[in-house]
Amino acid sequence: MRLTDVVVYLFLLLGAATCLLPFVWLIRSSFMSLSQIFVIPPEWIPSPFVWDNYILPFKELSFGRYFLNTSWVLVGTMVGVLTSSTIAAYSFARMRWIGRDKMFGLIMTSMMLPFAVTLIPTFIAWQSLGLVNTYVPLVLPAFFGGGAFNIFLLRQFFKTIPKELDEAVFVDGGSHFTIFAKVILPLSRSAVLVIGIFTFLGTWNDFLGPLVYLNDELKFTLALGLSQFRGMYNAEWGLLMAASVIVTIPAILVFAIGQKYFMEGIALTGIKG
Amino acid sequence: MAASLYYSFTDYQIAGDPTFVGGRNYANLFNGVDPFFYKSIFVTLYYVILSVPLQMITAFILALILNRKIKGRAFFRVVFYLPTIMPVIASSMVWIWMFDPDLGLLNEALRTLHLPTSNWIYSSSSVIPTLVFMSLWTVGGTMIIFLAALNDIPKQYYEAIEIDGGGRLQRLWHITIPLASPSIFFNTIMSVIGGLQVFVQPYAMTAGGPNDASLFYVFYLYREAFTFGNMGNASAIAWVLFIVTMILTYVIFKTSQKWVYYEGGEA
Repeated sequence: MRLTDVVVYLFLLLGAATCLLPFVWLIRSSFMSLSQIFVIPPEWIPSPFVWDNYILPFKELSFGRYFLNTSWVLVGTMVGVLTSSTIAAYSFARMRWIGRDKMFGLIMTSMMLPFAVTLIPTFIAWQSLGLVNTYVPLVLPAFFGGGAFNIFLLRQFFKTIPKELDEAVFVDGGSHFTIFAKVILPLSRSAVLVIGIFTFLGTWNDFLGPLVYLNDELKFTLALGLSQFRGMYNAEWGLLMAASVIVTIPAILVFAIGQKYFMEGIALTGIKG
Repeated sequence: MAASLYYSFTDYQIAGDPTFVGGRNYANLFNGVDPFFYKSIFVTLYYVILSVPLQMITAFILALILNRKIKGRAFFRVVFYLPTIMPVIASSMVWIWMFDPDLGLLNEALRTLHLPTSNWIYSSSSVIPTLVFMSLWTVGGTMIIFLAALNDIPKQYYEAIEIDGGGRLQRLWHITIPLASPSIFFNTIMSVIGGLQVFVQPYAMTAGGPNDASLFYVFYLYREAFTFGNMGNASAIAWVLFIVTMILTYVIFKTSQKWVYYEGGEA
């Protein structure tokens, strides 16, 4: 028993080290000048700390602007997803209408469809509307349904809320809107929060969408900017690492804040497979 | 979708109008006039076949360990999950450098240990295994879903098998795996679909190379559509992917009825 414990811990520590190593390497290199970076054997703590790598992406390149661009897309998408997925999930969980279950099945099937499959037709559609190179194709779809996965998660959650509460509202003369706003939403705060975090990370990390729809450099998101940056400063590892840190920090922050709900949320989606 | 079905039968340059060409786009794909079609299918399948089982096994073992009451459990869970938070484009930057044959950390470490070095993503024979290795780094998301499933297994089952004198392996084989099978099923589908969609790695790390050895299907699709502007051809490529995904999902669902166990008969 003792020996297996030791083996298990060694395994875990090795795994944890593998997971953390790229992060450590990323951070330490971002504070180094090129000459410090290539010292052999590698140094793990920069001395002295070099801040220049963090200044240049903002000064020479439009990282500040990319940051704002990404924020716009993010706010739009979040508002769209949170309003439309909660409303759609409510109607699937609480209202009766013809074809409801078929419709739900259809939406679930669409969840299995890789994004790449619909990439070309949606691109052609946006192009014919003359909306390529705007943020519309990135943001507007969020307002129509807000993603099959989110609807599924919220519907499962809404279904766990006792129906008696609805009946009480109806008796008091309330409508579906009253139930939705006064009963369901306040009771589902954690599930909505999980959707919010998922959406944040998904939008923040999205690469293919902005790559396809945004051509104008001034409209780039951070992820695109980083990729572009690589082409310009190919071997300037310190700079590239600092830029990567800038792109990563918001995602890590959001994860840290919502960590507890986040882990539960992932678990919740997995259970009913 | 319907429009793209039509476009797939046309010669449609991104700047022009579509002209109907019948089945030519599909014919060019399947009879090998476009040599990249079969190449990209091979690359993608190679990656999926190698990465999915490895991801499942790694994630399942990690979940088994972290489901036990050991010290620092919460810490390890967060650490293993952390890599999945990082934007792929940012982690690609770090990994490109780590994999560099001359200046990368990995070969540096191998040299220090006097072990043979590798060309990682810079050689056509090792690029896919290297990307599979990199995908194991983000196995934390799969692990969390397994953890939730393991946590839901009622303790009575384990007590029962203990009374019957079953050992550790019997416990794993007869209780843990069958009861966790819905989550294994779910994770397998997700990971297959994820494998079919790999894009950022070939785009940012290898440009599909070397020698087209990492020409993933979606990257090929993207290149055809947005680098070469052949929308008609790209629509055909997308439709093939659509049909393959549908068939694959159907097959996995059908076979799953044989081995996925739903407690209480829920489906």
